[in-house]
Amino acid sequence: MNRPLNLKREIVRRPALARLVVLAALFLLWEISARWWIDPTFLSPPSKVVAGLGELFYTRGIPRALQITFWELAVAFVISVVVGLVVGLAVGLSRFSNRSLMPIILLLYGTPQITILPLFILYFGIGPPSKIAFGVSHGIFPIIVTIVAGVQNIKPILMTAAHSMGASRWQIFRWVIFPHMIPTFFAGMRLGMTGVLLGVLLAELYVSSAGIGYFTQLFTQAFDPTKLLGLVSVLAAMAIVLNEIVRRAEVHFGRWRTD
Amino acid sequence: MSAKQDRRDKLASRAVQIGFLVALIGLWYFGTAYWGISRILLPNPVNVWHELKDVLSSGEYLPDLKVTLMEVAIAFTISCTTGVTLGYVISRSQFLIKVFEPLLAGFYSVPIILFLPLYVLFFGLGPGSKIALGTTISFFPIVLNTIAGFGYVDKIFITAARSMGASDVQMFRYVLLPAAFPVILTGLRIGFTVTLLSILGSETIASLAGLGHKIVHLAEAMETARMFAYIAFAVVIAASLNSFVSSLERRAKHR
Repeated sequence: MNRPLNLKREIVRRPALARLVVLAALFLLWEISARWWIDPTFLSPPSKVVAGLGELFYTRGIPRALQITFWELAVAFVISVVVGLVVGLAVGLSRFSNRSLMPIILLLYGTPQITILPLFILYFGIGPPSKIAFGVSHGIFPIIVTIVAGVQNIKPILMTAAHSMGASRWQIFRWVIFPHMIPTFFAGMRLGMTGVLLGVLLAELYVSSAGIGYFTQLFTQAFDPTKLLGLVSVLAAMAIVLNEIVRRAEVHFGRWRTD
Repeated sequence: MSAKQDRRDKLASRAVQIGFLVALIGLWYFGTAYWGISRILLPNPVNVWHELKDVLSSGEYLPDLKVTLMEVAIAFTISCTTGVTLGYVISRSQFLIKVFEPLLAGFYSVPIILFLPLYVLFFGLGPGSKIALGTTISFFPIVLNTIAGFGYVDKIFITAARSMGASDVQMFRYVLLPAAFPVILTGLRIGFTVTLLSILGSETIASLAGLGHKIVHLAEAMETARMFAYIAFAVVIAASLNSFVSSLERRAKHR
C-alpha cells in the first residue's frame, strides 16, 4: 500500500500528535502575546521563564524554600496516611462506631476548612508546623472516607466463609481484609495527596517566613513575572510528579483485582 | 438482625453523636472559663455566641457577604457558560475528545491554587483575581463532565433516533440532552463547591474585602471571639449554599 504523506490524515489518526500541536500552539500564543502585546511587568514569555530558571535556583533562599515545602508535603502526607488508615479501619471495621462516628467525620469533611486557616496560624505559628497541620486537615478526611468505604465493600460472603472455616480475627484481617484493602488504600492515598498539596500550598501562600509562599509574595510585589512564573512552574511540576507517583502506585497495586 | 435491635443501635449511635458534641462544647467552655486557656487562643463559647448575635443583628456582615457572593456568582457563571459550551463542542467529535480530554484532565491535576499569585499580579488584590481563580478552578470539572455527558451517549440511542428520522434539534432535545444532563449537573455541583471554596480561600490569602478577608482581618487584630463568630457564619453560609445546590441537583435528576 503506498501512503502519500498526508499530514492531515496522519494527525487525525494520532491524537497524541494533535495534543502536542495544541500544546505547542498554546505556548506560541503565550510567547507572542507576552513579547508584543502585554506589558512585561505582568507577563513574561515562556522562553524567558525557562532561561530564567537557572537564575531562579541561584536566588538566595529558593532551594531552601523548595526543600521546606517538599518536606512539609512529605510529613503532612505521611501523617495523613498513617492516622487516616488507623481511624478509617477503626471506624470502618465496627458497625457501631461506623454508624455513630461517620456522620461526624463527614460533617468535618464537608466544612470549608479554608475559613479556619487563620486559627492554624494562631495555634501553630507561621513556620512549617502550621502548613503541615493544615495539609493533614485536608488530606486525612478523603483517606478516612475511602478506607471506610473500602472496608464496607468487602463481600460479606468472604467474611462468612473465613469465619465458618474457623479463621481467627487476626487471620481474617491478614488474609481477607488486608488484601482487599490494598487497592482502596492506594485510591485513598491518591485523594489524600491531592488534599495535602492543596492544604500545604494554601497555608504557604497565606503566610510564610521562608517557604515558597514568601517568595511568591516577594516576586508579585516586585513585579517580577519571570521568576514568579518559573517558581509556579517548578511547583506545578513537583505537584504533578507527586500526584503521578501515587496514581501509578494505585494502578499498579489495584491490578490484581479484575472483577 | 431484628428491627427492635436495629432501632436500639440507632439510638445508641445518636447518643454517641450527641455525647461527642456535648463533650466538645463542655471541654471548650470549661477549658476557657476555668482552666486558664488564653482568651486570645481560644475564646469562651459564651463570648463567641454574643459576638455572633452582635454581628447578625448589626448587619455588619452584609458588605463582605455581598462581595463574596458576587464573586462566586460571576466566577460560576463564566465557568458554566464556557465549560458547557466548550465541552459540547469538543464532545461532537471523537477525535477532539481524544485530543482534549487528556489535556484538560492533566491540567485538572495541577493544584490551580498555585495560579493565585499570578492572578494577583495580573488582576490586582480586588475581586478580579478571586473571580479569575474561581473560574479557572471550576472550569475543569464542568468541562470534563460535559464532555463525559455528551460524548459517551450510548450509540444505540443515536442510531435509533437517526433511523427514525430525528432532526438535529430533535436529536439534541430528546436524545443527547436527557442522556448528558445528570452528568453535567454533577459537574456543575462540583464546580460550584470548588468555586465557593477557592473564592473564600483567595480572600483569605490576599484581598481587600469579603468574608475570608474579614476573618483574616479579625485574626490579625487578635479579636478572636469575633473571628470565631465570623468563621461560624461563613461555615453556615457555605454549608447551606452547598446543600442547596446539592438538593437542586437531586431534584433535577429525579424528574
